[in-house]
Amino acid sequence: MEQTERRVISVIVMNEASVLSRIAGLFSGRGYNIESLTVAPIPDSKYSRLTIVTSGSVRVIEQITKQLHKLIPVLKVYEHADLVETEMALVKIPMSESLGDIEALTHAYNGRIVNVGSDTMIVTVSDEPSRINHFLEAIKRFHPKEIVRSGSVALER
Amino acid sequence: MQISGAQMVIEALIAEEVEVVFGYPGGAIMNVYDEIYKQRSFQHILTRHEQAAVHAAEGYAKASGKVGVAMITSGPGFTNGVTGLADAYMDSIPLVLISGQVPMSLIGTDAFQEIDAVGISRPCTKHNYLVTDAADLPRILKEAFYIARTGRPGPVHVDIPKDVTAQIATFDYSKEVDLETYKPTTKGNTRQIKKAIEAIAGSKRPLLYIGGGVINSNAAELVREFSKMTQIPAVETFMARGTLRYDDPLLISMLGMHGSYAANMAMSETDMVIALGARFDDRVTGKLSEFAKNAQIIHVDIDPASVSKLVHAHYPIVGDVKNVVEQMIPLAKEQIDPARYTQWHNTIANFNKLHPLSYKEEGDRLKPQWVVERIGQLLGDDANISTDVGQHQMWTAQFYPFTRPRQWVSSGGLGTMGFGFPAALGVKRADMERVSINITGDGSILMNIQELMTAVEFKLPVINVILNNNFLGMVRQWQTLFYDKRHSQTDLSIQPDFVKLADAFGGVGYRVTTKEEFDAALKDAIEKNVVAIIDVAVNRFENVLPMVPAGGSLFNMMLEYKEK
Ligand SMILES: Cc1ncc(C[n+]2csc(CCOP(=O)(O)OP(=O)(O)O)c2C)c(N)n1
Ligand SMILES: [Mg+2]
Repeated sequence: MEQTERRVISVIVMNEASVLSRIAGLFSGRGYNIESLTVAPIPDSKYSRLTIVTSGSVRVIEQITKQLHKLIPVLKVYEHADLVETEMALVKIPMSESLGDIEALTHAYNGRIVNVGSDTMIVTVSDEPSRINHFLEAIKRFHPKEIVRSGSVALER
Repeated sequence: MQISGAQMVIEALIAEEVEVVFGYPGGAIMNVYDEIYKQRSFQHILTRHEQAAVHAAEGYAKASGKVGVAMITSGPGFTNGVTGLADAYMDSIPLVLISGQVPMSLIGTDAFQEIDAVGISRPCTKHNYLVTDAADLPRILKEAFYIARTGRPGPVHVDIPKDVTAQIATFDYSKEVDLETYKPTTKGNTRQIKKAIEAIAGSKRPLLYIGGGVINSNAAELVREFSKMTQIPAVETFMARGTLRYDDPLLISMLGMHGSYAANMAMSETDMVIALGARFDDRVTGKLSEFAKNAQIIHVDIDPASVSKLVHAHYPIVGDVKNVVEQMIPLAKEQIDPARYTQWHNTIANFNKLHPLSYKEEGDRLKPQWVVERIGQLLGDDANISTDVGQHQMWTAQFYPFTRPRQWVSSGGLGTMGFGFPAALGVKRADMERVSINITGDGSILMNIQELMTAVEFKLPVINVILNNNFLGMVRQWQTLFYDKRHSQTDLSIQPDFVKLADAFGGVGYRVTTKEEFDAALKDAIEKNVVAIIDVAVNRFENVLPMVPAGGSLFNMMLEYKEK
């Protein structure tokens, strides 16, 4: 087996209705992995930017970028080598857990408590995906009720 | 000009100089059909099944080099057409399919004859559109034709809701297509081409590996010139038949699963593969790790995603084959010494002598290969040849003496039984001067047999030659070879009377068991000039040989099969 690598690919596409299904369909139809996919319009333009985290052999990654390029509404495909990558997570934790400890942990990962209710609080962190992994590991001991991750966004350095 | 969406469709087809539309009406597309009724600029050919409409448009496109056009209604009309879309996608055939859709207000409500057509066609088209405003229609139709025929050609699907065809908007077709995100590279990189030519000049056993892209880009003339000038021998893929003349001394034959021994051995021995518009399909390469193991690879293709997809290219050249070969010729003239490859020619001649493509005449029954050869002897260049899918298809690819590009129309990538007859109708429509022959099987012909009616109504006298082996022969062959002769569900002993069948539709039928009868039937069918079925009883258990078993290496061919 060829070695597989994790890769972050950014795709600039025309902002039109069917474009997300074209891309998702391409990945499922050709058997490529999607670890995460985020999409949002690029401000003041007619484009959107997708950030796709995928994995595969060098050959597969090359095919992914070429096949993406082949889609008519795709303007550019960047396969990032040197990038800044950020992900965010929201975590809901019962109020019965120690507020001070949670706050300290969250701070360590560029985060904060964003909502405090009667039964639960919500914290948010935003960091590199590997650091998010660590955070989510560490937060376990406060018995989180729900976790949501955003998927990565990335920019070339 | 303020006109309705339906009128826009007509105006766009006229502006694209479309001369024929293959189609089938229904509720959602009725506004457009109403406009078809009122116009005289193009012909509409009513096939008797939507699948056939799309295949006919494919045949027309392949034979003419123009964009084929098909038109169908929503729901079942559309789903019937999907096989044709997939077929055209796999074989890179330029096509525009226009389908009706339920009105916008009903989309998403599971309305009568509603189906998510663009959702279905997405993976089997080059591009597709759901038109939501008639004002977009001129631009979309123009883009559709443009995308279908440029770059790597392919089918484009335009789905138009019924209310959009009734909506009035401005029609202006004069604006040039400007797609910021779609600009196919057509000229090859000069430096890369120079390096490739130098590499060829230094090689000892170069081989042209000619694919269907050469036909699509109308590059056959140039490829002939290139091979003649350099004396580099060539193998053709199934899709590329007719690029070189069958009697060109430099043409080895077809390669691949049912390619000739010499072609496959040449590919195994070459030190320099010059791939032109070919895509290293698994039916061509066999076991990838053993494919052209001793060679450097030059890969010329308009589709960057084809280059190095399966086999690493040492010299990738993205561009239209025609342009690239044109760029290569002057450099080759200077640098490549045609006298250099004599030894290589001898090697290939020896392969050819060792195991030529052949068959044995034995018993009373006609051999299917004889029938193919005989059509070649009698008609040769005067016929265009379509086929269905199965053994008869492979024998035709092996034994027909092709003399020109676009003479050969067959479903390669998808392998669609039922393709042949409607495609042959489209071929006939594109080239009325020549005889349009569909070489078919007793299984395949029944998959679009209703087109006898279309052929009669529109005076498209296709001659269907059934190589009748009373089997789904190709599947039977695999069962014989790989499933210990368990012929599961492949025996077609129960058959219709094909002579009566042709007759019932107003065509003409023949049942043939001898050579003399065959010659007479073919002659008579051509004279009668109506759609015909020539039902030829052939040897039931003939196998297509040689054969590279699926996943095997090209140099490891099964050359004969002995009954155990
Ligand atoms: C639509 C479709 N269904 C099934 C197949 C699988 N298939 C490939 S060849 C073949 C047998 C074709 O039989 P026939 O048309 O009689 O041709 P022969 O091989 O006997 O020459 C079948 C069933 C196919 N290619 N296409
Ligand atoms: Mg058969």
